[in-house]
Amino acid sequence: MSSAAPGGATTEQGRSEYGVALFLAALGVLVIVLAVLIPESRIARGPLGPSTVPIVVGGLLVVVAGFLALDVARGGRGEPEGGEDVELTGSSDWRTVLMLAAAFVANALLIESVGWWFSGAVLFWGAAFALGSRHYVRDALIAFALSFGSFYLFALGLGVVLPPGILDGIL
Amino acid sequence: MDAFTELIGGFGTALTPTNLLYAFIGVLLGTAIGVLPGIGPAMTVALLLPLTRGLDVTGALIMFAGIYYGGMYGGSTTSILLNTPGESASVVTAVEGNKMARSGRAAQALATAAIGSFVAGTIATLLLALVAPTVADLAVEVSPADNFAIMLLAFIAVTSVLGSSRIRGLAALGIGLAIGLIGIDPTSGQQRLTFGIGELAEGIDVVVVAVGLFAVGEALWTAAHLRRKPIDVIPVGNPRMSRSDFQRSWKPWLRGTAIGFPFGAVPAGGAEIPTFLSYVTEKRLSKHKEEFGHGAIEGVAGPEATNNASAAGGLVPLLTLGIPTTATAAVMLAAIQSYGIEPGPQLFDNEPELVWGLIASLFIGNAVLLLLNLPLAPVWARLLRIPRSYLYAGILFFSSLGAYASNANTFDLFLLLAIGALGFMMRRYGLPILPAIIGVILGPFAEQELRQALQISNGAVSGLFDPMSVVVYAIVALIMLWPLVRRFVPRKVVPSVLEEATHEIEEAHHHHGLTDSVSVAGTTEARRRFDRAHDTEGDG
Repeated sequence: MSSAAPGGATTEQGRSEYGVALFLAALGVLVIVLAVLIPESRIARGPLGPSTVPIVVGGLLVVVAGFLALDVARGGRGEPEGGEDVELTGSSDWRTVLMLAAAFVANALLIESVGWWFSGAVLFWGAAFALGSRHYVRDALIAFALSFGSFYLFALGLGVVLPPGILDGIL
Repeated sequence: MDAFTELIGGFGTALTPTNLLYAFIGVLLGTAIGVLPGIGPAMTVALLLPLTRGLDVTGALIMFAGIYYGGMYGGSTTSILLNTPGESASVVTAVEGNKMARSGRAAQALATAAIGSFVAGTIATLLLALVAPTVADLAVEVSPADNFAIMLLAFIAVTSVLGSSRIRGLAALGIGLAIGLIGIDPTSGQQRLTFGIGELAEGIDVVVVAVGLFAVGEALWTAAHLRRKPIDVIPVGNPRMSRSDFQRSWKPWLRGTAIGFPFGAVPAGGAEIPTFLSYVTEKRLSKHKEEFGHGAIEGVAGPEATNNASAAGGLVPLLTLGIPTTATAAVMLAAIQSYGIEPGPQLFDNEPELVWGLIASLFIGNAVLLLLNLPLAPVWARLLRIPRSYLYAGILFFSSLGAYASNANTFDLFLLLAIGALGFMMRRYGLPILPAIIGVILGPFAEQELRQALQISNGAVSGLFDPMSVVVYAIVALIMLWPLVRRFVPRKVVPSVLEEATHEIEEAHHHHGLTDSVSVAGTTEARRRFDRAHDTEGDG
């Protein structure tokens, strides 16, 4: 039932596994509570209302959370996903992840005001920087080539206009 | 046969110059993206989904057929040259394929994979054309109660079969089902789990979920554990095979097809079991048993053919029942649905041109795949050397592009990041992604069928049970109780083929000098073992 990850599983990792169980339980309770709060519908058809299935799903989550906690208590550990570029020996590199998230959010905030041509480039450049690239100029050239290229590809090829932002009318 | 006339009509649809071009672009892009390390076939399809937005349905589906096959072949290339299976189905290919590549036979490994995929894909697509209409006819008789039972089977199958931890599989399924609940309930018109946010009323776009879980989740997860040293890529020339390679390959290709198609066609199939099965079969039948574990060509030819055949087989439940059995098929289903088309028994009657055009383009995609990949293999191998910073920056770039382009709403970008964070957490704690994505996509349909079935029976629970659904529930019960059942079955009498397969794989690893093996629980485990074996080698 459980997959014990030999080696690498520290006590700290073990404790944070309970966090997953907690997350599942909280999600389950949330789903159930919101389902119970759904008001009576006047157009409802059939014997099963809109809240039955959510209650079942929420129940499933709560039960699974319980079993997962039991599994963790017995020494079961979730096995982190491997991959070609993944090295699981060290701990998570949160700095890189946060910088990536920042680049991502910057794109979301800038896309409509300044335009995709800029926000997309910021996203690419920022992500490349976060991942350790230090060719600032080359990265910027690639970033703008990608954002302008995708803008025209979507506009001309697919008929989808990405936000031009401040370059409205020029692009 | 009726199917043949229909199929010829399908070729008429698919063989127009424009559609041929779409198929060509699909294969090219699918392979190019699929070959990139870290990008499996499912992510390939999800990332390329937005590109088909501007096309009409037929053109889009034809392009998808190309992307589907291209993405899978790209994944095999990566497995062979880097020893890094993009999805569990190509774990086995990596076993012998990478050994072959290391001993200087990369070209032969790629060739037997490409030709094997072509042979298997062609035969399996032919089988699909023959079988699907019949299944669709039978499926028309299937009641909502049966449909619900089959979907339940699909849920249980993806969480239990070969997963390393069932409880984590169920957890992933629960998360997926919860996400699938978000939005307006179609039966009652009530909002569920929307927190009063207008953007959530329509439910979360499946593209956003798929791209978030696969692409963004993967990029964040990899970034947190990025291997800073360069990967060693095995250089490769043009794929070619000698006469003896052919002689050793053609039987595994055919056997692989025979094993893969039925497994793919069963609503609870998937490609992991049949590829393992094929590997074991080939090892047993081979005259070169001693080569297994050191790069036996049969060990690449068989599983690769199996993988492709089961992918084509997987289109049977997808097109006739609307039930995906692999992550890639799930994303395909989402793609088809985004055009307002509901795959299911009626599809063959309502949209014959579309379905047969799609099937015809699978043949074309397969042929294009072979034509492109034999000469282009060295180019694909070079793609493997793309700097990791650009690769993952590019994944985030195109993920955002796709998510934004589908609805032109900034909200989706934040949602994408949130779902990406969820994907990160799931990878960190070993929750499989597939059950979640199946839950999101299939959950709403399962609910609809359940409620319809109960409506028909006027609320009587007995309405959920008829002969067919009882059989399906029996299978579900068997899968769920398997660990218990197995204890009472003497091991010698019924040797579990899977156990044997995992044992074989494990044995193969011992040649790497891996001593800390406990017991191989499933493919993820096998894959992890692989990565570690790879590491030891790199360090030593």
